Amino acid sequence: MADNVIEARGLLKLYGSQRAVDAIDLEIHRGEIFGLLGPNGAGKTTAILMMLGLTEISGGSVEVLGFNPVREPLEVKRRVGYLPDSVGFYDHLTARENLAYTARLLDIPRSQAGRRIMEALESVKLADVVDKRVATFSRGMRQRLGIAEIVMKQAEVAILDEPTSGLDPHATFELLEMIRGLKRTGVAVLLSSHLLDRVQSVCDRVALFNKGKIALMGTVVQLANQVLGAGHPILVEAQGIDVAAALRGVEGVQSVVPEGPQESGGGAWRVMADRDVRAAAAQRIVSAGGSLTRLADLQPSLEEVYTRYFQEARHAA
Amino acid sequence: MPRSAVRRAGSPFTGLRPVFMKELSDHLSSVRMLVLTLFVIVFGALPVGFALNDLRNVVVSDPYLFLRIFTVTPERVGLSFIEALNFIIPLMAIGLGFDSINSEFNRRTLSRVLSQPLYRDALLLGKFLGGLATLAVALVALWLIVLGAGLLLLGLPPRGVEVARGIGFLVVAIAYGGVWLAVAMLFSVIFRSTATSALCSLGLWLFFLILWPMIASVITVGFTPSQFTSIDQMVAVAELGQALERLSPNILFREAVVGLLNPETRSLGFMLPMQMRGAIPGAPLPLDQSLILIWPPLTGLIAGMIVLFTVAYIVFQREEVRA
Repeated sequence: MADNVIEARGLLKLYGSQRAVDAIDLEIHRGEIFGLLGPNGAGKTTAILMMLGLTEISGGSVEVLGFNPVREPLEVKRRVGYLPDSVGFYDHLTARENLAYTARLLDIPRSQAGRRIMEALESVKLADVVDKRVATFSRGMRQRLGIAEIVMKQAEVAILDEPTSGLDPHATFELLEMIRGLKRTGVAVLLSSHLLDRVQSVCDRVALFNKGKIALMGTVVQLANQVLGAGHPILVEAQGIDVAAALRGVEGVQSVVPEGPQESGGGAWRVMADRDVRAAAAQRIVSAGGSLTRLADLQPSLEEVYTRYFQEARHAA
Repeated sequence: MPRSAVRRAGSPFTGLRPVFMKELSDHLSSVRMLVLTLFVIVFGALPVGFALNDLRNVVVSDPYLFLRIFTVTPERVGLSFIEALNFIIPLMAIGLGFDSINSEFNRRTLSRVLSQPLYRDALLLGKFLGGLATLAVALVALWLIVLGAGLLLLGLPPRGVEVARGIGFLVVAIAYGGVWLAVAMLFSVIFRSTATSALCSLGLWLFFLILWPMIASVITVGFTPSQFTSIDQMVAVAELGQALERLSPNILFREAVVGLLNPETRSLGFMLPMQMRGAIPGAPLPLDQSLILIWPPLTGLIAGMIVLFTVAYIVFQREEVRA
């Protein structure tokens, strides 16, 4: 497919006899945000480094924007922005000077460099600290400076390794907003993380890494169906009625399990059905004399998928 | 995929210039450079000052009076300027190079810089050349200061041939600095800890400065027969001793500098009396003959620098950039 920015086929990395990345197949489309998920040491960073030509490939092939990172690393690196895990900058230089060095490495003409640096710093809300030394920057500011570098580079693909690790919730939110901003300008984003709920909110597709292999790949909903089983979960909270008994009679309902602590005379229930049964459930509870306090459609959570998957993987082992 | 089958596209020198310029400006504006300069001034000024003091009292006419500033050992210091440089240059070079790669790694800038369009070749070479240029700037400045002090205090200008020998001395000094810079960078590639690499570089320097001459003489004594049966045997043993000594860059530097700045030097090895037949003792050699004399130690220094850099390069190519 011509619209793939990254295509890996049987990508393999051996450290001695250990398979750090075990023959993975991966396609990343233009303009999407793709999440690489998995526990630490699953091979995410190694896979990323191979895509950038920063570490040797033991087998298989990978193409980034039609270039081979082994033979044409300069072409790849000119077009791909990389934000490493806990990125570092030169502490004794200012934000502007750090980006100016990168601009010179990228061979951006001097006449354009100044403007592009300022625009990039503005886009990550660092415009007021351009001439402050990076030594004074917080972790979140450094990560944003890393994003600014990618913006300045006008990269077609951004590869972000654990961009949100170690950030406070507010900084994380801001960073994810900036990642969405990258997507809006047409940049394909590959991001690796183990922070699942954060990733879920920005990723179009995800791949679940486990021991160097891609265990699951697809949209979050697809993954949920695969791991948690097809179905339509809803949450019901009602008072003054035996919810479980009432709902078991509704057509399509497969299971009703209590969710959280049950109080006398009411509580929350998790209902699994093969279709959307919200209307029918509401009707049943009301007609049985109960008072319905909450009725919610449950999105499958990536965290659940992840936990369940690794539980099953451990059981299987 | 076998390593040899992979051919890289693009010049290995892409990005060399920005790396070089950044290293140079970092070095020249760093506190470390300031400390090293102070160090140089203190260690250099002392022998030069006393040498000038001694030379002002010399009455015999000496065609190479200016060069004596470098080579004379003042009575009160016991250390000539070139001997002082034999200390200073390695220390400066090690000071500039011991953390060049591992500090990038520890600051986590290495993977970010390498994800820009440049090869590792350019990064390493740019850093090396940046360090070497800094060293050259410092040495040229020092050399000019000594020259100026000589002009002022001796009250006579150097002759052209003295300046030419002085420039030759600068080349030797920079090559010598390059060797130690390459040593320091090699250790900075091998060790992740900057303290370890500094310690190893300094340790190697002390080894060559203090221990190696002793070890060389011990080995030579081991090969010496209880009684020499022929003059060839004696020559062979003496040459072995000298060859061993010359493995040390300090000795090479000393030989090359003495050959250049002491125009009377006829040979860097030892000479048999019959080889001296017809020579006028104490007569200076012309410059071209002195250059021929110091050619082997100078090429030895440059070769050593290139070999060490190559080793650092190979180690660096194989290193993983990830934390």
